[in-house]
Amino acid sequence: MSFLSVLTLLPLVGAAVVALLPRGNPRLAKLVALGFSLAVLVLAVAMWSAFEIGGDRLQFRESYAWIPQWGVNLTFAADGIALVMLALIALLTPIVILASWHDADDVTGEPGSDTGTATRSSRSVPAFFALLLALEFTMIGVFAAADVFLFFVFFEAMLVPMYFLIGSFGGARRQYAAVKFFLYSLVGSMLMLAAVIGLWVYSGDPGERTFDWATLAAMEFDPNVQRWLFLGFFIAFAVKAPFFPFHTWLPDAGGAAPAGAAAILVGVLDKVGTFGMLRYCLPLFPEASKFFAPMVLVLALVGVMYAALLAVGQNDLKRLVSYTSISHFGLIGIGIFAFTSQAGTGAVLYMVNHGLATGLLFLVVGMLVARRGSALISDFGGAGKLLPALSGAFLIAGLASLSLPGTAPFVSEFLVLIGTFSVHKTVAVIGTLGIVLAAAYILWMYQRAMQGTLNPALNSVPAMKRDLNLREYAVVAPLVALILALGIYPKPVIDVINPAVQATLADIGVTDPAPRTAHSDGTGGGSGGADGTAKGDK
Amino acid sequence: MAAEVLARSLAEPAVLAADVKLPDIDYLAIAPMLVLFGAACVGVLAAAFVPQRLRYRVQVSLVIGALLVALGLIVTVARAGRAVATAGGAIAIDGPALFLQGSVAVLGVVAVLLIAERSLERGGAFVSRASLTPGSAADRDQAEQPGATEVYPLVSFALAGMMLFVSANDLLTLFVALEVFSLPLYLLCGLARRRRLLSQESAVKYFLLGAFSSAFFLYGVALLYGFAGATGLGALRKAVQAGDGNTTLLFLGLAMLAVGLLFKVAAVPFHVWTPDVYQGAPTPITALMAACTKVAAFGALLRVFTVAFPVGAVDWRPVLVAIAIATMLVGAVLAVTQTDIKRLLAYSSIANAGYVLTGVLALSAAGVAGSLFYLVAYGFVVLAAFGVVTLVRDADGEATHLSRWAGLGRRSPLVAGVFTFLMMAFAGIPLTSGFTSKFAVFSAALGSGQVTLVVVGVLSSAVLAFPYLRVVVLMYLSEPAEDTPTVSLPGTLTAAALAIGVLATALLGVAPAPVLDLAAKAVQFVS
Repeated sequence: MSFLSVLTLLPLVGAAVVALLPRGNPRLAKLVALGFSLAVLVLAVAMWSAFEIGGDRLQFRESYAWIPQWGVNLTFAADGIALVMLALIALLTPIVILASWHDADDVTGEPGSDTGTATRSSRSVPAFFALLLALEFTMIGVFAAADVFLFFVFFEAMLVPMYFLIGSFGGARRQYAAVKFFLYSLVGSMLMLAAVIGLWVYSGDPGERTFDWATLAAMEFDPNVQRWLFLGFFIAFAVKAPFFPFHTWLPDAGGAAPAGAAAILVGVLDKVGTFGMLRYCLPLFPEASKFFAPMVLVLALVGVMYAALLAVGQNDLKRLVSYTSISHFGLIGIGIFAFTSQAGTGAVLYMVNHGLATGLLFLVVGMLVARRGSALISDFGGAGKLLPALSGAFLIAGLASLSLPGTAPFVSEFLVLIGTFSVHKTVAVIGTLGIVLAAAYILWMYQRAMQGTLNPALNSVPAMKRDLNLREYAVVAPLVALILALGIYPKPVIDVINPAVQATLADIGVTDPAPRTAHSDGTGGGSGGADGTAKGDK
Repeated sequence: MAAEVLARSLAEPAVLAADVKLPDIDYLAIAPMLVLFGAACVGVLAAAFVPQRLRYRVQVSLVIGALLVALGLIVTVARAGRAVATAGGAIAIDGPALFLQGSVAVLGVVAVLLIAERSLERGGAFVSRASLTPGSAADRDQAEQPGATEVYPLVSFALAGMMLFVSANDLLTLFVALEVFSLPLYLLCGLARRRRLLSQESAVKYFLLGAFSSAFFLYGVALLYGFAGATGLGALRKAVQAGDGNTTLLFLGLAMLAVGLLFKVAAVPFHVWTPDVYQGAPTPITALMAACTKVAAFGALLRVFTVAFPVGAVDWRPVLVAIAIATMLVGAVLAVTQTDIKRLLAYSSIANAGYVLTGVLALSAAGVAGSLFYLVAYGFVVLAAFGVVTLVRDADGEATHLSRWAGLGRRSPLVAGVFTFLMMAFAGIPLTSGFTSKFAVFSAALGSGQVTLVVVGVLSSAVLAFPYLRVVVLMYLSEPAEDTPTVSLPGTLTAAALAIGVLATALLGVAPAPVLDLAAKAVQFVS
């Protein structure tokens, strides 16, 4: 069955359908959008169960001619890394749609919100949900593409729906945030465009050039060429991820975006950056990756510490969560560029777990902000007394973010640090300090917002007395369940990820110096073969 | 066969002998131009003899009909697969010529649809007498009268001249074609119904600077004749390759010729006329210039530089690379500061000229094909964009100041949506023609090792995205001002033009293969 093309197209069809629904019936638009996103989820689950662990590296391959003059094909394929990311998108989108149920409504907006009512009344509910589905379409495309041109198309197209989600439906300073997001990303992707073209030009003589990822990955490029192309790709990914020092757009975008869009932005969209490094930088430019790895590790490490320190100082919940993400992205980057299978597997697992944990954190923060009408921590205080269930969810999300053992991010962070320690001891030791800071910013945030004496101003806000309703339970419950489940038993996900990571490391010709984990022992043998077939598969 | 024709024409002495032997003319090959020139002449007569009430309809159907017939003939000639240099080698009908002529015809039809629109403004966008003093009683008077129908034969002449320009294989023919298409444009610029003073200023500016550049061009032709003893491109090539002439004449002549051509494509530093003329001219004429003139000028540029001046013999690349870089940077950076939508699009068209130059400088088949594709793709986007500009109006006509566009997305979501799509195409976002065309030229340039050009190209694209984005922000994300202009309902003609432009932009972005194929087959010049 052609899973990937259907999976890609389904949200696009959904977006078109929802966009054409009448404005007068917002409920219908929401239900249709939810229906489409659930259909995508069902398909993703079916795809996961059809994925052969230990089989080919790239599975579900489909290819259709698109622009033959340039050797561009609509090639879709997924390895284990892409599969888990696709599953994450498919899972998060319906949850976000459910969480954003009233975000675009005309009347039932946040009371006392800082945006004027004039803008509120002209918002279009179908447009909001169509944009969410359009975003899902581009994100699935990015992860499912196995053709560099196609990947770039989705990579850049992704900007458009997110730009409008932030710009049209965001909070204060949304224009500034939307434009900043767009321009930062565009500069990155323009450099990547040059590198994509360069890659194509170096892939062969005119007429034989190709964009096919598997073919390109099997090629050896001149080390000097590799370095330039690597930089083109890497900068685009570093902006997207975002890595220090390209990160300054994220707090603005995350702070201004509606909570649901922010959850997707940080939970999935930014993972395209780290995914791109794993899928494109490492296998296509192995020499350059090794050459630049020390610099990337330093940048990532600076990012871990710097963003964590900034997060401690934030008084805005959404900006704080954004900074914590930049810090975590640093750790993911360390995991990718440590070049050990433990660290690599940990990094990919972290991408998933971070999506779950930060997604939940953003959604819960969104619920808090919607009730209070303000995102400032100082406007809360003792709110846990009014909202016990919501603050419970907030605490779980927070603890997951600081990688408490028992929650899913702990496993991944541990793998990253262990895997890094075996090759770069200093990096691992300094990186561990980031966890200490994580405890500081999360717990201090929770303490200031939810604990202590009740802020008397909260009593006068009626919405603050409404705890989670059924819809919000439906938003929170699956994420909490997954965070706890994967914290205790991450094997199903690791089994999917590990062969792909092994194959990626084989691409750059690095072998693990340290003994392998129990998981990787079971699947390592298969991945070598998978790698071979992927390379032979032209 | 082309070579034979050429050889024969060269063998004959240039002196007028007693028995003048007329060169063979392949009438089928030049039929598209003949049809259009004929229609233009008939249009002039129609303007005099057809009754007033029928004139508009007759003229519009005449020019559109002629363009469609010409297009049909171009397709016929192209199908026959012939590449000839005819009329004594003065006109070359080859792949690039046919592709560019076809582009001029197709874009011309769309531009004429915009020009012929009369429902937006009573009597259309043009007045009859350009020369009346703005503000005088007579001028105020004519603003209330239906516009002149002479614009249609003028447009026909211009388009026919452009078709000749892209197929001219002799510097003198090239000069004649240049004048044939420029003179009507100078006049058309001065015919705007609103803001007469600005319109007249643009006409005078365009005319004066255009006349200067024509003079440069002509002087260049003279010097090159001094160098080669001939004006045919093929003969020039031979002389250049032989390399035994006076190289001072060659370099000076080439430089002056280039000035004339680069003026028409609006490359820096010969671009200063563009913003003023684009702003002052009636918007449909601006659209015509931005789309068709660009096609024609680049067509000629490609032909002259590829056919007559092979880089192996005279390396003009460094100069043109510098000009291309300056064009991209100046266009992109100055576009950022603009507050008038027409000036913004003018600077964007300058930057886009730089991108086409990038394709030209690839000096490869892929480069020619990429440039051809770019010109067509850009033509459609820019036509549609100016089409939208004609719709946003207030009591004083078009509201072109950007501040007036604030909140337009709330008032007229459809028009704003269309314009947003076009802005995304300008910015080169994938799934629009802007992306595929940029890819075409940049990949060709990189394939020829022009790394600097491509890096400047992508970075300036990122800069250029900002002004486009600003318009989008203004339309959607800003609060509507008290006096946000209304968006007029487009008449059938404008709606058709917009639909064609938007559809072509989407199609060339999603499925560019057929047109790329066409362009790839049309890269072989004859001489």
